[in-house]
Amino acid sequence: MSYCRQEGKDRIIFVTKEDHETPSNAELIADDPNDPYEEQGLILPNGDINWNCPCLGGMASGPCGSQFKEAFSCFHYSKEEVKGSECIDYFRNMQECMQKYPELYPQEEDKESSTQAESDTGSASAAPTEGSALSPETDATPSTSSLPSDSVSTTDSQAAS
Amino acid sequence: MLKCRTVWKKLAPLARDSSTLCRQDVRRAGLNNGSAVRVPAAHMSSGSAGGGGENKLYVLLVGAACLGGGIYAYRTVKGDQQRYMERMAEISSRPHKAASQKTAVPAQSEPPAVPEPKPGAAPSPEEPSPAAPGAEAAAPSETTEPPPAVDSTPASTKVPSHAPYLLIGGGTASFAAARSIRARDPGARVLIITNEPDLPYMRPPLSKELWFSDDPSVTETLRFKQWNGKERSIYFQPQSFYIQPEELNSAENGGVAVLTGKKVIHMDVRGNKVKLDDDTEILYDKCLIATGGVPRNLQAIERAGEKVTKRTTLFRKIEDFKSLDKVSRNAKSITIIGGGFLGSELACALGRRSADFDLEVIQMFPEKGNMGKVLPEYLSNWTTEKVKKEGVKIISEALVKSVTYKDDKLEIQLKDGRLVKTDHIVAAVGLEPNVDLAKSAGLEVDSDFGGFRVNAELQARSNIWVAGDAACFYDIRLGRRRVEHHDHAVVSGRLAGENMTGASKPYWHQSMFWSDLGPDVGYEAIGIVDSSLPTVGVFAKATAKDTPKAATEKSGTGIRSESETEDTAVSPVASSTPAPAVEQQRDNYGKGVIFYLRDKVVVGIILWNVFNRMPIARKIIKDGEEHADLNEVAKLFNIHED
Repeated sequence: MSYCRQEGKDRIIFVTKEDHETPSNAELIADDPNDPYEEQGLILPNGDINWNCPCLGGMASGPCGSQFKEAFSCFHYSKEEVKGSECIDYFRNMQECMQKYPELYPQEEDKESSTQAESDTGSASAAPTEGSALSPETDATPSTSSLPSDSVSTTDSQAAS
Repeated sequence: MLKCRTVWKKLAPLARDSSTLCRQDVRRAGLNNGSAVRVPAAHMSSGSAGGGGENKLYVLLVGAACLGGGIYAYRTVKGDQQRYMERMAEISSRPHKAASQKTAVPAQSEPPAVPEPKPGAAPSPEEPSPAAPGAEAAAPSETTEPPPAVDSTPASTKVPSHAPYLLIGGGTASFAAARSIRARDPGARVLIITNEPDLPYMRPPLSKELWFSDDPSVTETLRFKQWNGKERSIYFQPQSFYIQPEELNSAENGGVAVLTGKKVIHMDVRGNKVKLDDDTEILYDKCLIATGGVPRNLQAIERAGEKVTKRTTLFRKIEDFKSLDKVSRNAKSITIIGGGFLGSELACALGRRSADFDLEVIQMFPEKGNMGKVLPEYLSNWTTEKVKKEGVKIISEALVKSVTYKDDKLEIQLKDGRLVKTDHIVAAVGLEPNVDLAKSAGLEVDSDFGGFRVNAELQARSNIWVAGDAACFYDIRLGRRRVEHHDHAVVSGRLAGENMTGASKPYWHQSMFWSDLGPDVGYEAIGIVDSSLPTVGVFAKATAKDTPKAATEKSGTGIRSESETEDTAVSPVASSTPAPAVEQQRDNYGKGVIFYLRDKVVVGIILWNVFNRMPIARKIIKDGEEHADLNEVAKLFNIHED
């Protein structure tokens, strides 16, 4: 059983696991998914890409930012059967750019980049991210492998050189 | 006064007539009966006693009335005039300053105007600039594209004369803003000006992770190990991420350039430009002030003389970390003054070293326990015990009276008579926000919290935003405040960057902060966490799994603010030293949630050894609802689970 203690203005409650088993009756206000003030996930309510999403790391803001944006936009809006199949040129541009900055984009990532990008962005659009912090790591990931579903499992991605 | 006179003038003939009438009546009456004479006589005397007497009295009364009116009017007019003169003096001092600035401007505008008509020619811009007297600014004007000859006049030509986005200060907030601007404005050209010699870096590891590194060259590399074995640098990005300042205007896709070792000393808001300490001027379109702050010092130390100040560290920057690291290897005793976040973290870090280096670590502060201004008393006391276990000698309720240098030791005299002898002092007594530019820029400084006063969208003026430690902003939910935490610098920097690119969003996403005091005590907090507020703490018994170390291992993240995003990265607190598992919380405050209340609304929450629950805490604060039973709210956190 929980018990309570008061020390001046501070109240202290001790609870056991059983005490907290019953569901809470505290009411939380329902969130408006289109609230313009809130931090948005990767995909904005109107369908656009949120380039400022912390989940992208610094991909959109680094030296290869514009190439990345072109490639990813093309992929995102692609309506082909094989999504992004017409975007090969953009991805190649991006890869070339990234090769110029090996410090920022570790080279072993490149192989995975194209395949990862395609598989991840599918799940990414469904999972808006909660991102308050700046990811201090670099634009190391050439792919969008840093997106929600893969976060914990992807160990090879970040880390600045 | 004049009114009185005119009124009196009008009334005077009336008065005279009435008095003569009175007299006539009275004479007639007086002839009839004697006693009645005296009464009318009274009237008569007020009216007039014969022609001369009548006039005299009349004059007297008029005079008195006029005098009174005159005195009143004189006083009023004089007061008005005084106020007016003060106002004029104030206003006149302003045009004087503006005039002196104006004279500087025409001098500058001439030389850049000269090379303007020659867009493609590289050599020509160089010629007029050395010739023209005041032309320290980079030779190519902002409209032209050609890259300036690198081997021309030194230093000054490296600085672009115009930066569309100018960020003053090279810390966390500034970098976050730069990133945000680049993400939202394709091809944006961002110039960061910092007076430090370093590229933007993160501060938390300076008092945490870097101290636990095994690498002996850590002070040079500034790298620390994460739990997954990977290392990272405290620098947000390596040098290759940035472009050179001189390339800023020519780079095809723009970029972020950092100008190190330069200080902005003057800001001209009307002219949209700043002046550096080497007299260079830079025009901007949008400016962010992220100047952070300077560590406060104790008066007792400041007036103690050079021998004492030489042995005192005001900890904030990379160079402070380097020097303190060196000191900790050589000194026998270090005293940390201050019981807040920085002081306690440094005390724990140095305490960890005390065994290896035969170092005595003392921490003294005026409160009763560590984090006395943040944690409720019972928790502060509990935390203090933990800090003591890290090898720190705690001297609480200590007020420093004076510090002297004697026999190659520093002697700290406390107000209650205690004397502490030590080799080196680290002062962690707060941060003074840097508002040096407020005067020249004409920006408002907040008197309650310090810092630049900005609105809810972090805007000080039309093209000027402020973020980070230096910003006193309006939080729609929690009111006006100024926050000195890493995540706030990130959140506010990002927001400022968004607003600089047209977003017009207010501060809404609540930033959080965290602290670890040794491997056993770790907490994350959000909102207003002030120990003077009434609190409600809900605790459970902890298991061995509830430590900061375990939590970070599990989530694979380091810096706690990132455990909410997918990016892995940074190292948590204690990397290699084995956690004293035996220490596991036997006492009551193993893990739990503490709510801070203001008018029955939760305004702050601490997650005590409970991790990865920050989104729920954020939601509760965002709602701003009155909850009748906080135990029910605590259930939302599932504190008994991992």
